[in-house]
Amino acid sequence: MKWELFFQLLINGLIVGMLYGVVAMCFVLIYKSTQVVNFAQGEFLVLGAWVCLALVTNMQLPFFLAFIFTLIFMVAFGIIVQTVILRPLIGEPIISVIMVTIGLSIFMQALMNWIFGNDAKRFPDVFGTTDVINIAGLNVEVAYLLSLVLSVVIMAVFFWFFRFTRHGLAMRATAFDQQIAQSLGISVKQTFAMAWAISAMVSGVAGIVIGIVNSVSNSLAFVGIKVFPAVILGGLDSIVGAVVGGIIVGVLENLAEFADGQYLHLGNLYTIAPFYVLIIILMIKPYGLFGTKDIERI
Amino acid sequence: MSYVPNPRPAGDFRTTYKDDNRLFKTHFETRSALVLLAVVIVAAPFIGNYWLTQLILIGIYAIAAIGLNILVGTTGQISLGHAAFFGFGAFASAWLANSFGVPVLIAMPAAAVLTTAVGMIFGVPAARIKGLYLAIATLASQFILTDFFSRADWFSGGVYGALAERPSIFGFAFDSDLRYFYLVMFWLVVTAVAVTNLLRSRDGRAFVAVRDHYLSAEVMGVNLTKYRILSFGISSFFAGLAGALFGHYLEYVSVEGFTILLSIQFLAMIIIGGLGSVYGAILGAAFILLLPQVMESLTTMAAYVFPAMESGKSYVKQMSIGAAIILFLIFEPEGLIHRWQQIRASWKLFPFSR
Repeated sequence: MKWELFFQLLINGLIVGMLYGVVAMCFVLIYKSTQVVNFAQGEFLVLGAWVCLALVTNMQLPFFLAFIFTLIFMVAFGIIVQTVILRPLIGEPIISVIMVTIGLSIFMQALMNWIFGNDAKRFPDVFGTTDVINIAGLNVEVAYLLSLVLSVVIMAVFFWFFRFTRHGLAMRATAFDQQIAQSLGISVKQTFAMAWAISAMVSGVAGIVIGIVNSVSNSLAFVGIKVFPAVILGGLDSIVGAVVGGIIVGVLENLAEFADGQYLHLGNLYTIAPFYVLIIILMIKPYGLFGTKDIERI
Repeated sequence: MSYVPNPRPAGDFRTTYKDDNRLFKTHFETRSALVLLAVVIVAAPFIGNYWLTQLILIGIYAIAAIGLNILVGTTGQISLGHAAFFGFGAFASAWLANSFGVPVLIAMPAAAVLTTAVGMIFGVPAARIKGLYLAIATLASQFILTDFFSRADWFSGGVYGALAERPSIFGFAFDSDLRYFYLVMFWLVVTAVAVTNLLRSRDGRAFVAVRDHYLSAEVMGVNLTKYRILSFGISSFFAGLAGALFGHYLEYVSVEGFTILLSIQFLAMIIIGGLGSVYGAILGAAFILLLPQVMESLTTMAAYVFPAMESGKSYVKQMSIGAAIILFLIFEPEGLIHRWQQIRASWKLFPFSR
């Protein structure tokens, strides 16, 4: 029984970790291409989930259509945030940039609380997601499998986009060196806007998935905070690192819960464990597993 | 940073270094500071309980904000965990007073010293990392410390919180708001003078050097590790002091009071007030404390016209803080103090300022 629970939690951790990985990827995307740390990533996620839910329940749209509209909305939202709030701050010190996204985050939190209410709401059962199927003796909800598949798809699309498309190449060039990219005829402004648009859109998707798996509430924004251990673990500017870090944090969380429940009985260990890991990582290997090391020359 | 002319009166030549380093640059500044202080002290009994409470809270938050300003504004390190240190001070003071019977007036600075130690421990990562990484590390310290508060029953009373009695000395109890206000004012003045003093000393200049260009600072012989950790320590000291004052003012310290939102509010105070300025921190504290209340009364008025606004009161408060941070960063990144300097400069240069 004990080991069954262990594997169950391991699987859960893996699946939740994949979702963290997706959100961490969005975070890294913005950081890498625009040098902005987005503290409002969690709110982006919640916004996507709420908008989709509102379209499905209030406007009675079919889920697929609502999903598409949400994507379009999130793209527009990302572009607006970038142009209105972050463009004036290009070249300002890092603390201003951090603070402006924090300001955005608490603004969005309050606004969403107001508009969508404080209660958690469930998506109507679209795919029979509460069914449970049995894989090798372990019970896995369909919703979890769905989110796993979707995470893999998103990651594959990211890989394809950055490796094989023109815009992806332009974004990598901008991330590498803005001046060189500009002199090669890449519009840095457009690239920045695109980075935010993609990031907002993918976070929206992640939000919808998490919303289907659990339920939609403003506390989902906590995923945006959980992303920090993940990205620091993987290295702030590495997309692969984000995914790996996300999975590690997801698994770690569930293992902490296992250890807590079976042996330690401290209670609530799983929410705090990633942050201890974060501090330790920062002390011994601040650039993470895959991050590029800054070498400073005088 | 845009140039603000800060003209001295004619005949003020500053012939020695000592003159150049004075606490107040001109006699006018000295007098206006004293007059302002005197007005606040004399007026306090007549302004009514509501405003007295506001002033006490402004004073407490201002102490914490001045502390944070040393870290963020002067040394250029970012801390997202200031509320946790503020809370630690509150719990530590209550703990010292309740468990060891330390008189509250002594427990407050003692709690601040304890907080300094904790701040320095959490500042150790700052010796190696900076900027964004540091922001995230301090975010972690915020969560770890608040988790500690809810766990450590022996220290904080766990989920029940801790009682904190009002201080008294030789039978004179600071039991009314007015008396407590004078206590807070005392600590605020001490803090403001101490920090202004610190900033013009060698250590203060070392902090600025670390902020402006840490490599050059190191080449000039500033020990980066020492000053980064020291800056964390000093800022935590004032956070702890303010926290202790806060706890004993409310007479009850609860675990829920020291969330990340409060940390953000502290940061908002110094950004809105003006990074690196002591007066700015006080102005910012007043702004952040009064803004939600102004917004609340505006919403109440708006609710007569649009009844839908009524339900959004508490949300509008939080939104206004977020919006204030964003708008200030975009339109006035140097804060209220910069505006004030501009006004003063244009007044002084009157015929030539426009």
